[in-house]
Amino acid sequence: MQLPCLEVAGVDAWLVRLFDRIDDANMPWIMALLRRCEESFGDALVDLVPSYTTLLVHYNPLQLTPAQARSRLATLLADLEPDEQGALGEIKELQVWYDDSVGPELSLLQERSGLSREAVIEAHTDQKYHVFALGFAPGFAFMGSLTEELVLPRLDTPRKRVPAGSVAVANRQTSAYPRISPGGWNLIGRTSARLFDRERDGFSLLRVGDRVRFVAVDRKEFEDAGGDTTPVEERGAETSRKNS
Amino acid sequence: MSVASGRSSRGGSGEGRVQLRVEQAGPLALLQDAGRFGVRRLGVTQGGPVDIHAWAWANHLLDNRWGAATLEITFGGLSLIAEGNARLALAGADLEATLDDEPIEPWSRFEVQAGQRLRFGAPKDGLRAYLAAPGGFLAEPVLGSVAGVTREGLGGHDGQGGKLQKGDALVFQQGHIENDELPEAPSADKRPDYSQPTRLALVPGAQIADFESRSLFAAFNHPWQVDDRADRMGVRLTGPLLKCAVSSMISEGIGLGAVQVPPDGQPIVLLNDRQTIGGYPRLGTLTPLACAQLAQCLPGHEVHLQAQALSAAQEEYRDFLRLFRAD
Repeated sequence: MQLPCLEVAGVDAWLVRLFDRIDDANMPWIMALLRRCEESFGDALVDLVPSYTTLLVHYNPLQLTPAQARSRLATLLADLEPDEQGALGEIKELQVWYDDSVGPELSLLQERSGLSREAVIEAHTDQKYHVFALGFAPGFAFMGSLTEELVLPRLDTPRKRVPAGSVAVANRQTSAYPRISPGGWNLIGRTSARLFDRERDGFSLLRVGDRVRFVAVDRKEFEDAGGDTTPVEERGAETSRKNS
Repeated sequence: MSVASGRSSRGGSGEGRVQLRVEQAGPLALLQDAGRFGVRRLGVTQGGPVDIHAWAWANHLLDNRWGAATLEITFGGLSLIAEGNARLALAGADLEATLDDEPIEPWSRFEVQAGQRLRFGAPKDGLRAYLAAPGGFLAEPVLGSVAGVTREGLGGHDGQGGKLQKGDALVFQQGHIENDELPEAPSADKRPDYSQPTRLALVPGAQIADFESRSLFAAFNHPWQVDDRADRMGVRLTGPLLKCAVSSMISEGIGLGAVQVPPDGQPIVLLNDRQTIGGYPRLGTLTPLACAQLAQCLPGHEVHLQAQALSAAQEEYRDFLRLFRAD
């Protein structure tokens, strides 16, 4: 496939496909195109959805025909330059309390990787992750890429209730759940950060293009920062308590 | 509270607010304006009416501006008590609406007096009805919209995406009741008949070339049934098994009406409350008006997918929008 290319995504949307694989180096290009679309489409722009390798551009069909929107995008692509500085977002830190009570898969990660607990935490906190996309739920950031050692597949059976703030890994990705929701990722800790807050400018703490570093804190620091230490509810927890 | 500046709230002096009190909530009733836009990059879904056609007509019957919030009533089972006099409008499904036990014609304006009971029974034709009030129902916009999205806890009458509950109040400006020039309701022969098998226009695209040719033939030539796994996020269709060379992809932005096919080979049409990104191959996208038709189909309803060219599909949608929108 010749890239970039434009794909029909409905009567009022084009999908711009820029890359065919996940790479940290994609984001300056995608974010540069996003900003150029904002300038170029002006009030004919309805919404933009950047993700890993693509940008979905949703425009007002009363202002632009599909052909007009397409040619506008083609023009932007013709002389697109990656915006290494301006397009990349901020570097943000998320404080995480890594503990079995709030991260039931922490021990599984140790087991699978053969690393000590300290080494697992160090591996998770050692690098800056790129925010490739937000989705699944408001403020849920898909971040990567995890070091090979920390790769765990999703849970076979998703949990019905993952507590807010849960920090999780799945395959080469990591994230934190902004609010209580179902979820199939492996939980390894919890952050006290408010990831989605409708009272805050911009609403979401994390945005596509940001780089994120996790910082390990102890229980006291986590609680002092307003973290909720309620353990993850597990099915069967009741039974094991009865047995013990 | 923000006051919607609808055309029908002109004048305004001496007009009070009217409430409809919820006597019985029914399974699902949510306020919906045009939807939440500009925040999908934050993972926030679009929301808005799943039947944009009936929603637009309900507002139009009161000469409301495009985007005024109506009540989307799914299945029925709702009972409201008027706490003031007003003129309301109804469009969409026939949910056996009555006013003090007198039937209300679907797709019509009607007047309510304080103390009267507006009831919705069970789906008789279609699934979702839209109740409009002068200028639109009033609620605090959340992220720029009052569209109620339960899963995200955003919008709606309570700002938290909550379904309507017993005791809740729906508020609006009283507006004028004298018979000025309000738009005509569509005549009976121009209203959709939701009971007929439905042809859904689909603009081909995305990964359509990666589907097996026999699957593509089947997709467009065999009937599909609406599954009972259907809600505001999406509607599953059951029918021939569709095989695609691609089983999963890197997640990308998903438009309204995208027809995605997970590995089980049965398509899911993604509607207003869909997740913002997804990674299953897609046949293309239903037009907004086809989404509206699908949103009125009960489980078991027969639908057919029909390919439509992009330019013709957009033209049709523009013509529809121009009936209701000034821009």
